[in-house]
Amino acid sequence: MNIVVCVKQTVDTAAVISVEGGMVSWGDTPLVLNPWDEFAVEEGLRIREAHGGTVTALTVGKESAQEALRSALAMGADEALLIKDDGLSGADSLVISAVLAGAVQKLGDVDLVLFGREAVDSNAGVLSAQVARRLHWPSLPLVACISALDPASKSLDVERMLDQGRQHVRASLPAVISVVKEINEPRYASFIGIRKASRVDIPVWGVDDLGVPVPDPGVAWLTVENAPQQDVACEFIEAPDEVAAARALVARLREEKVL
Amino acid sequence: MDFRLSSEHEMIRKMVYDFAQKEVAPSITEWDQKQDMAPHILPKMAEQGLLGICIPVKYGGQGMDYISLGLASEELEFVDTSLRVVLSVHTGLCCLTLLQWGTEEQKAEFLPRIASGELIGGGAFSEPGAGSDFAAIQMTARRDGDDFILNGEKMWISLATKADMAVVTTRSLLDAEKPHEGLTCFLVDLHSKGVTTGDIHGKLGVRAGSTGWIAMQDVRVPARNMIGEEGEGFKITMSAFDNGRYTVAAGATGLIRAALEASVKYASERETFGRPIKEHQLVQAKIARMHLNYEIARLLYLKAGWKKNEGIRNTLETSRAKQFATNASFDAASEAVQIHGGYGYSDEYPVERFLRNSKGAVIYEGSNEIQTLIQAGYALGTRRDRSLRCELPAYDEALWLEE
Repeated sequence: MNIVVCVKQTVDTAAVISVEGGMVSWGDTPLVLNPWDEFAVEEGLRIREAHGGTVTALTVGKESAQEALRSALAMGADEALLIKDDGLSGADSLVISAVLAGAVQKLGDVDLVLFGREAVDSNAGVLSAQVARRLHWPSLPLVACISALDPASKSLDVERMLDQGRQHVRASLPAVISVVKEINEPRYASFIGIRKASRVDIPVWGVDDLGVPVPDPGVAWLTVENAPQQDVACEFIEAPDEVAAARALVARLREEKVL
Repeated sequence: MDFRLSSEHEMIRKMVYDFAQKEVAPSITEWDQKQDMAPHILPKMAEQGLLGICIPVKYGGQGMDYISLGLASEELEFVDTSLRVVLSVHTGLCCLTLLQWGTEEQKAEFLPRIASGELIGGGAFSEPGAGSDFAAIQMTARRDGDDFILNGEKMWISLATKADMAVVTTRSLLDAEKPHEGLTCFLVDLHSKGVTTGDIHGKLGVRAGSTGWIAMQDVRVPARNMIGEEGEGFKITMSAFDNGRYTVAAGATGLIRAALEASVKYASERETFGRPIKEHQLVQAKIARMHLNYEIARLLYLKAGWKKNEGIRNTLETSRAKQFATNASFDAASEAVQIHGGYGYSDEYPVERFLRNSKGAVIYEGSNEIQTLIQAGYALGTRRDRSLRCELPAYDEALWLEE
């Protein structure tokens, strides 16, 4: 199985975000591998361990995005690839999906593309479906379990996690899936992985290397502003036990005409 | 001079941080209150390779350098001192003593099983009547054919009831001219007949760890388990402390950082006189001191680690790092409690645990009074490092990674 895991370098969720000079700022907080992507990397590794093959971590970003790729390598990914191009600055998912799909096509012989469910900075969660559409492959977002995978018959059974419950879906390979945290428990980086990740030269491709047309962005950032300050008054409900506290809370919500 | 950590070091730091946050942080308060060590800690640390982090691969370790040991110690103690204590005694006191002083046969026989965590190692040095005055230890080792017979008691021994093997310092030459010249070290199987161990409860801090006593009554130890030569025990023990102490310094640095982060968080949320207390200057002064001391402690232990990597004797640097970081961590934890006000005085917040934990390190692994005397000796020229018969090997990546 040749597996590509699309990862993103994002801000640590513990960072304090603000807008300074019209630009989003996170101070000195380091950038990290998008936490949801760790589940995708882990699933790729498990599939490789079960069926053989390679796991390639792929990202689009600046030079610093190599650190996200190194995190994936440290977990155990075999290869990594950075798509870096000045023309991609401020690109939206329409553009990024074309770039990622182009990279997957150029890599060739890819059986499965994995994404984390969303990036913690944009929370859009649409890239996996967009990439699938561009590749004309089945799109299986929000996968909580891969219940069966047969590389020989190119068949994949998954459970998708929906609000209504779990949906069982069968698809053919190659396919694009995004995973949710219920799918696995990501492993820690190993010392062997760390050593390899810190030494490897990660190949860098530009958009021209992909040989595919890249559309203009459909979204433009006009202005970025801090969220308005809100004064929040907090009232503590005092009560002798939980039942009394619940009754008191309901009474207050009725007074405030919330209920 | 490049002060940046390498990419490899940064990844190690992150991995250990993630490990401690996930495996230990959620339940540390509970185990601290139980005054017991969570049973999953040692196997998990072994599985992750932490126990042999800076031991060569051919001896069962992970082949990283001594700075990696320091970074791991910092991240572990950021969560709780009990975690770092495992590295201090298993890796620092036991594994590194074998690496430095063991024969090739001893290293081949014992290190792979200890460095991998298959066996847990420890260091048994202090006794009920001998701590700072180490040369006054009373445990004896009497030659009996191809064995030595050990008798005595060790106290305040970390992992006493968890360790399988321990480096033990004894008095084997009763008529040595000077007391410290009569000491000899052995690697002792703690499951041997005649060995009994027990936990010490009621400690002020490090309650989620294991501290206890080891008693030996006519314990038979093969002479081939002698570490170094007979009479070298004092030098070997002091060498062991150079390594254990280094992890204590790095760990205390993590504790300063924990106190700092807890204080910043609380000071940002708590309001008095209509504003967050972080806007009050006296609170700012406390936080600024923690912030400065963290940086100083970090630089001191990293320099000691660098010297270890270079194969340069580092007793002075390690002493400075240990003394500064542990004093600063006690101060930081105390101020963190103060910043938290009444809440700092309860276990609702972790800062009281930081304070209780921090006091131990000021006392153990060579009290800070002893550190002052060590440094005074260097400063006055009355103490000079003489070459040791066996030095801690410099870090050689190719050699460390050799299978």
